[in-house]
Amino acid sequence: MTPAEIRVEILDILEDISPDEDLNGLDDQKPFRDQLELDSMDFLDIVMELRKRHRVQIPEEDYGNLASMESTVTYLEPKMKDI
Amino acid sequence: MTAPHSALKLPDDQRIVITGIGLTSPNGNDLGSFREALLEKRSGVQPYEIRYFGETLAGICDFNATKHQSKKDIRRGTRAGSVGVYTANEAIADSGVDWENTDKSRVGIYVGVTEHGNVETENEIYVIKGFDYDTSCWSHHHNPRTVANNPAGEIALNLSVTGPHYTIGAACAAGNAGIIQGAQMLRLGECDLAIAGGTSESIHTFGIFASFNSQNALATHTDPAAASRPFDKNRNGIVVAEGGCLYTLERLSDAKARGAEIYGELVGYAMNTDATDFVLPNPERQAQCVQMALNKAGLEANHIDILSTHATGTMSGDAQECKALRSIFGECDNVRINNTKSYIGHAMGAAGALELAGNLMAFRDGVVHPTINVDELDPDCELPGLVLNEPEQRPQVDYILNNSFGMLGINSVVIIGRV
Repeated sequence: MTPAEIRVEILDILEDISPDEDLNGLDDQKPFRDQLELDSMDFLDIVMELRKRHRVQIPEEDYGNLASMESTVTYLEPKMKDI
Repeated sequence: MTAPHSALKLPDDQRIVITGIGLTSPNGNDLGSFREALLEKRSGVQPYEIRYFGETLAGICDFNATKHQSKKDIRRGTRAGSVGVYTANEAIADSGVDWENTDKSRVGIYVGVTEHGNVETENEIYVIKGFDYDTSCWSHHHNPRTVANNPAGEIALNLSVTGPHYTIGAACAAGNAGIIQGAQMLRLGECDLAIAGGTSESIHTFGIFASFNSQNALATHTDPAAASRPFDKNRNGIVVAEGGCLYTLERLSDAKARGAEIYGELVGYAMNTDATDFVLPNPERQAQCVQMALNKAGLEANHIDILSTHATGTMSGDAQECKALRSIFGECDNVRINNTKSYIGHAMGAAGALELAGNLMAFRDGVVHPTINVDELDPDCELPGLVLNEPEQRPQVDYILNNSFGMLGINSVVIIGRV
């Protein structure tokens, strides 16, 4: 997957997790939590969906990399480049 | 009142009244439409298909869950939680209570459930099957979804209620048990407003269909509307239904003080246990439970105007309940007997509360809705006062007795009086 494709995939996951939110104006540089109503269970949903959909494993110590769209895509790029 | 029930001797702060009703039933999503469906003999049973089990019949609700919940909360929670949230909000709105200025720490939530967690557990097992049973794909939402207090807890979250909340696990006696629990907590002063009744999400677990089927107790019929047929000679089992009915209960003193509209008063109740079998009912204990409720109410059997039966459409269960009732009401000429499961199927934890709600408007219009689908009355179910297939207008309805029984021999009876 390219970084652009990873971004689309994360957006798709966010649409599932936060079906009431409008994701069109999402700022990739800003933390998700500053823009969306996400709690720790929601971030676990992102981790779970990546595991289920792509068998990508994200260790707990790396959860901080999922703070924003930009940091998430940067973190996932090496893990998902061969998918 | 034609009979002076015992509650009249109590101070108003010990008398418990129903001031609001919120419900969803397979044939109606509010009291008015539910009552209309019962008087028009409209069934809510439909064809239904569920994983592994395949095609069957069920009572399915179509309430608008997003009326009171975000899509995110619906996704995160359970169907029983959504049923609870919908019915609790509707009950509060119906009660006319000034909810914004209500002290939420003095509100208690008491929700009867037959079972909880089967749906969510089956879903997770189904999901991880797709991952060769890798448990790392088991959802972190599973525990909050399956804790036994979930349906009541989701209501508390939604309504910001900080008073006590819990479910009452009481098999199919749970709807009445929720009402009884709410009344007891009001009398004890543990809360000032009780949201009480029962919910069911049971049609979403294949296990309940499979288990009733293995027990030869699951209804089948070419016409879904004719499948649930308590008291009929050709009945062949239970139609499983989902649904919910929650009441706002208040002390009469509080209800009077705010000028609340009162649907009825809880004048008697009882719960007891067969202690004889896992599934087979015990008519002697059922009759004892009914008599205990009459005694608590200070009423004679012939004071009861409507008897809402539990009968589920099984050969044994219906006949046993009728045997129990015959021992108490066999010589009564006043009582009229009906069954609401014949319209909606068996709404499990919600059944007792829903079936009571279906009858409450008779206090105002005097009409007893009939048991439908009785083409040939089973002689084992013959009782004086059965209202079959056509509604019956009565001069006045003062007392409704509502039966609700469940597996492991749990029996519950409530008696509601006209105020």
